[in-house]
Amino acid sequence: MSRIAATFESLRNAGRAALMPYLTLGYPEQDSALSLVPALVEAGADLIELGIPFSDPLADGATIQAASQRALANGMTLAHCLEQAALLRAGGVRVPFVLMGYYNPILQMGLAGFVQRAATAGIDGVIVPDLPPEEATTLHSLLHSRGIDLVFLVAPTSGDERLRLIAGRSTGFLYMVSLTGVTGAREQVAPGLASWVARVRSVTDLPLAVGFGISTPGQAAQVARFADGAIVGSALIEAIGGADDPAAAAAAFTASLRAGMDRCQKLDDSSDHQ
Amino acid sequence: MQDTFPPLATSNGPRYGPYGGAYVPETLVPALHELEAAFEDATADPAFGHRLQHLLHHYAGRPTPLTLATRLSETLGGARIYLKREDLAHTGAHKINNALGQALLAQRMGKLRIVAETGAGQHGVATATVCALLGLQCVVYMGVADMARQQPNVFRMHLLGAEVRPVDAGRCTLKDAINEAIRDWVTHVHTTHYLLGSALGPHPYPRMVRDFQRVIGDEARQQILSVEGRLPEVLVACVGGGSNAIGLFYPFLADRAVKLVGVEAGGKGIETGHHAARFADPSLGRPGVLHGTQTYVLQDPDGRITPTHSISAGLDYAAVGPEHAWLRDLGRAQYTHVSDAEALCAFQRLSELEGIIPALESAHAIAEAIRLAPRLGPDALMIVNLSGRGDKDVPTVATMLDAGTRGGAG
Repeated sequence: MSRIAATFESLRNAGRAALMPYLTLGYPEQDSALSLVPALVEAGADLIELGIPFSDPLADGATIQAASQRALANGMTLAHCLEQAALLRAGGVRVPFVLMGYYNPILQMGLAGFVQRAATAGIDGVIVPDLPPEEATTLHSLLHSRGIDLVFLVAPTSGDERLRLIAGRSTGFLYMVSLTGVTGAREQVAPGLASWVARVRSVTDLPLAVGFGISTPGQAAQVARFADGAIVGSALIEAIGGADDPAAAAAAFTASLRAGMDRCQKLDDSSDHQ
Repeated sequence: MQDTFPPLATSNGPRYGPYGGAYVPETLVPALHELEAAFEDATADPAFGHRLQHLLHHYAGRPTPLTLATRLSETLGGARIYLKREDLAHTGAHKINNALGQALLAQRMGKLRIVAETGAGQHGVATATVCALLGLQCVVYMGVADMARQQPNVFRMHLLGAEVRPVDAGRCTLKDAINEAIRDWVTHVHTTHYLLGSALGPHPYPRMVRDFQRVIGDEARQQILSVEGRLPEVLVACVGGGSNAIGLFYPFLADRAVKLVGVEAGGKGIETGHHAARFADPSLGRPGVLHGTQTYVLQDPDGRITPTHSISAGLDYAAVGPEHAWLRDLGRAQYTHVSDAEALCAFQRLSELEGIIPALESAHAIAEAIRLAPRLGPDALMIVNLSGRGDKDVPTVATMLDAGTRGGAG
């Protein structure tokens, strides 16, 4: 069992949902992740999504676009991302790392070389938002040969037949895009989320992590009621971006998300008179 | 042997050799499947074909003429140069062919909101035009740098009732406009059709745009046969995304004796790095993935898309349509490049010698014709795709010529 699958299983056994913050590596400074990631873990993150900045992030809204541009201006590359992951591992960070990035930089590194370096760096899973399963055959088999999960996304536009196909290829967990749109903080959780999660549950036993638009402790708590994990990116980047001490801001925001999710879980437990 | 070219003539699927595909966020995959099914269904429906033919003829003014450029040919002293006059199609460029086809398709799918990207503004104007014609809502994304250099087209789009949304990201040109159009489409995919203007992007766009643009080559083939009684030696077209070029080339692919020449934007010179010549600069142009398709892309060693430059907004783009990448690898088409200065010179020369002001994009093709024609004998025939007219570029050219006469760099 992969480290990602094991993490979801132990959380599920404990009756908790996973908190998975997303960081754009290289933001706000090139090596910020080296202090941000330990702070996130300390504050209660269960898995970390390490975002590879790209010049043309077409699934991302304004916040991650701006963070990506800043990171690229800081000189961030995929090679640096992998080096930072390795440094974090060497520093004792044990939570699963899920690398998230667009396809072209990976393709330019060479798929085999990328997988080799990702394995060495201690990467547990990879998400490529512009690589649907139809285009992912080679990367899929290379990653699996090194025991790295390739996590696919499902969207509300995916029909049931397609959900089954994607769930059949995804390992570790399934990334549920909460809404029809790009990443970015929203006022509220997409209204149909409960039934959307239920529809995916009906076709797969994979852990379901929900992302896109999850921005507040209340929203993370709502997601935790139906899903196995909440992914928070843009709101975290906004919290870091305006802060004098990015690591402290990241920790405070993550702790508030964690508290929101755990409170919700406790309420559910106490209302559950068995 | 002469009339077979199997890998291409039958390529209606997602791949052109190793190129093409559909590298998009999952949200869009079902929409692409729906679009492909609707396109297949429409092309099998005679009523759709009749409606498109009717509009191409009575609204867009097709067929466009094939004009012998007499004085240009005589001055150069080589091949007889024919101009395929897409500048005379309604809205002043070939873009109307594809815009009409896709808008009818959108209407058929019940998607009454249209988003589009535009570089030079020609595709934006064509899209705004067909949306006005068919009563569709129209939003056009355009980089602020392009808005500044193509102001007449911005105003035309407003007149036609479209909303032009400025894009202030990256280099503020075509690539950034496509990013924003895709983000809009991801968000409004249930109600919206993305009317992509070139033969690029994810499958089925490269195929669909080619099929809507092949009318250029179908007409030209028939016209040259009727005037000259034989096929030309050479076809020349400029290549940004490559829709006018693939539209002209496609019906001639099986005619192996017809040489196909695509012309990329050489900008300030390949050696300067300030260009949009994907095939000409091995240090930047390599196979990669941009905007949903695998093709030649201008990029740095880490896979980040590099800034491009061209005097012509319509050629100022980091990737090329995947079918061109395949034609290039196969050697079926040759690709060359023309600098800003050469294009500017050709712009003036065609105006003075033929009374035709070409779009700066098309001026790149004219510049290649000027280079190539003297090397061919007087019996040789050449067709140059005059993909658009130059009215939109007059302010830009005036500024550059003015700077030139004052001793500026241009």
